[in-house]
Amino acid sequence: MDTYSLFREIADSWVLLALVLVFLGVVIWAFRPGSRKVHEDVANIPFRHEDRPAPAGATGDRGQGGAR
Amino acid sequence: MWDYIKLAVLGAIAVLAAIAANYARDLAYMVNALTVMLAAAITFVWVLRRTDTPKVQPANEYLDGVVRAGVIATAFWGVVGFLVGVTVAFQLAFPALNFSELAHGYLNFGKLRPLHTSAVIFAFGGNALLMSSFYVVQRTSAARLWGGNLAWFVFWGYQLVIVLAATGYILGATQSKEYAEPEWYVDWWLTIVWVAYLAVFLGTIIKRKEPHIYVANWFYLSFIVTIAMLHVVNNLAIPVSVFGSKSVQVFAGVQDAMTQWWYGHNAVGFFLTAGFLGMMYYFVPKQAERPVFSYKLSIIHFWALIFLYIWAGPHHLHYTALPEWASTLGMVFSIILWMPSWGGMINGLMTLSGAWDKIRTDPVIRMMVISVGFYGMSTFEGPMMSIKAVNSLSHYTDWTIGHVHSGALGWNGMITFGALYFLVPRLWNRAGLYSLKLVSWHFWLATIGIVLYAAAMWVTGIMEGLMWREVDANGFLVNAFADTVAAKFPMYVVRGLGGVMYLTGAIIMVYNLWATVAKQPATATANAAVPAE
Repeated sequence: MDTYSLFREIADSWVLLALVLVFLGVVIWAFRPGSRKVHEDVANIPFRHEDRPAPAGATGDRGQGGAR
Repeated sequence: MWDYIKLAVLGAIAVLAAIAANYARDLAYMVNALTVMLAAAITFVWVLRRTDTPKVQPANEYLDGVVRAGVIATAFWGVVGFLVGVTVAFQLAFPALNFSELAHGYLNFGKLRPLHTSAVIFAFGGNALLMSSFYVVQRTSAARLWGGNLAWFVFWGYQLVIVLAATGYILGATQSKEYAEPEWYVDWWLTIVWVAYLAVFLGTIIKRKEPHIYVANWFYLSFIVTIAMLHVVNNLAIPVSVFGSKSVQVFAGVQDAMTQWWYGHNAVGFFLTAGFLGMMYYFVPKQAERPVFSYKLSIIHFWALIFLYIWAGPHHLHYTALPEWASTLGMVFSIILWMPSWGGMINGLMTLSGAWDKIRTDPVIRMMVISVGFYGMSTFEGPMMSIKAVNSLSHYTDWTIGHVHSGALGWNGMITFGALYFLVPRLWNRAGLYSLKLVSWHFWLATIGIVLYAAAMWVTGIMEGLMWREVDANGFLVNAFADTVAAKFPMYVVRGLGGVMYLTGAIIMVYNLWATVAKQPATATANAAVPAE
């Protein structure tokens, strides 16, 4: 089998399946239990550090940091 | 030490560029080499004057200088690009405006058209993406840009790409690939600049203080990574001579065509869509003062768009030498794209739920809303045009041009204007915009301009498609090509007027933004010393 046909066959069988499964996995992961709280927090990121970066040493200041 | 290395490199570039200009085999190459020599010399002097002075990179401040420069560049290139667009629109209506005798063909439609597309997409849109991504990634990562002044290198390097490409087009250096016209050395330089851009962006994300990567950054990052891949593969070419602008493509025939439209459509999908969606996911929530409607939907929107867009390119090659299966594949994926596109549009619009009154009171949010509306409209129209039966009517007609402009003027233009109105008061520490009334003027001029443009192109596109396929009882074509050209004249004038309105709106914006900074006092600076926390 020539290289093109081989790649083509792999691409439209196993790779296609793998990509579809990855996508479905992403959707399921987005809807996993407990994601709502995380997503609410993440959705508020733009409202936290408008004027200056987080102070040095601060990592993961979830829920604080000048929430409006 | 680092400064001395920089000086040595810049000096070497200036000398090599001078040698290249001396041996140049064509005018475009010579002018470009001289431009590079000049740019390297100016940078050399700039670095020399600052050698051995301490470089301050305060970690408790954002790097906003480069964003300010990007705002100015975006507004400048926007007006330039729209002006060239209006010019070529009237050249089509009144061929005498080519001034072929006077300008010896250098200002013909064929030369100015790529200048217009590159100016609006890569100069206006590209600078909008650069500056907004630098602004957004800092705010949503709560960290200063990574890499010190590397962001400045990206900014100026990108402006050099624009200048080299633009002068090259006029003087005849083009590899005649749509939206990828610049010749090999400009492509190489853009690759270097783009890798630096990726490093700045990714470096900032890596040192972020927020535990999660906000969705806008996902869109920006996918845009940067994908454009790098598309750019490199589509520009695989071998220069005929190191001292000439001409190069030969590695791919040939239908492979070349497919590579070109794999690039071309994903330039739309990742440059003009994913990158600008990054802007939407930051600026619409900020201006509406409420978080995005559904963060879950934004995640699904992102991954669905990424997985689907890359396959849609073949719809540009319906009824060509491209195999039928590839063409069908492109069509099917284009149609499936309806779903993530509309998911994203709904997510953007519904962010306003509970704050719909802002559309009445805030012309900036109105601009953003109509931009998302145009996004929805053009992502409805695009899949429809990718259907083979529709495409057999629409392809090669002005309908395509109308579609592109409802997306580019409506979606990309309007969201960029919204972002500029959002950014300028914040970046220059002003209390607000100089005049909301002028924003309203801009909004209506631009909107009516787009409507005139798109409607004229629908009419002329469908008319010309029908005229081309009309046959008489004996099976002979009824119309000559020149008949369609004559029939299109009124619509071309209307389209040109739509463009004039859009350009006028942009000039009003530039005045308003200038007055915001120049005619208003600065408020207390936001970047004052940070108290110990």
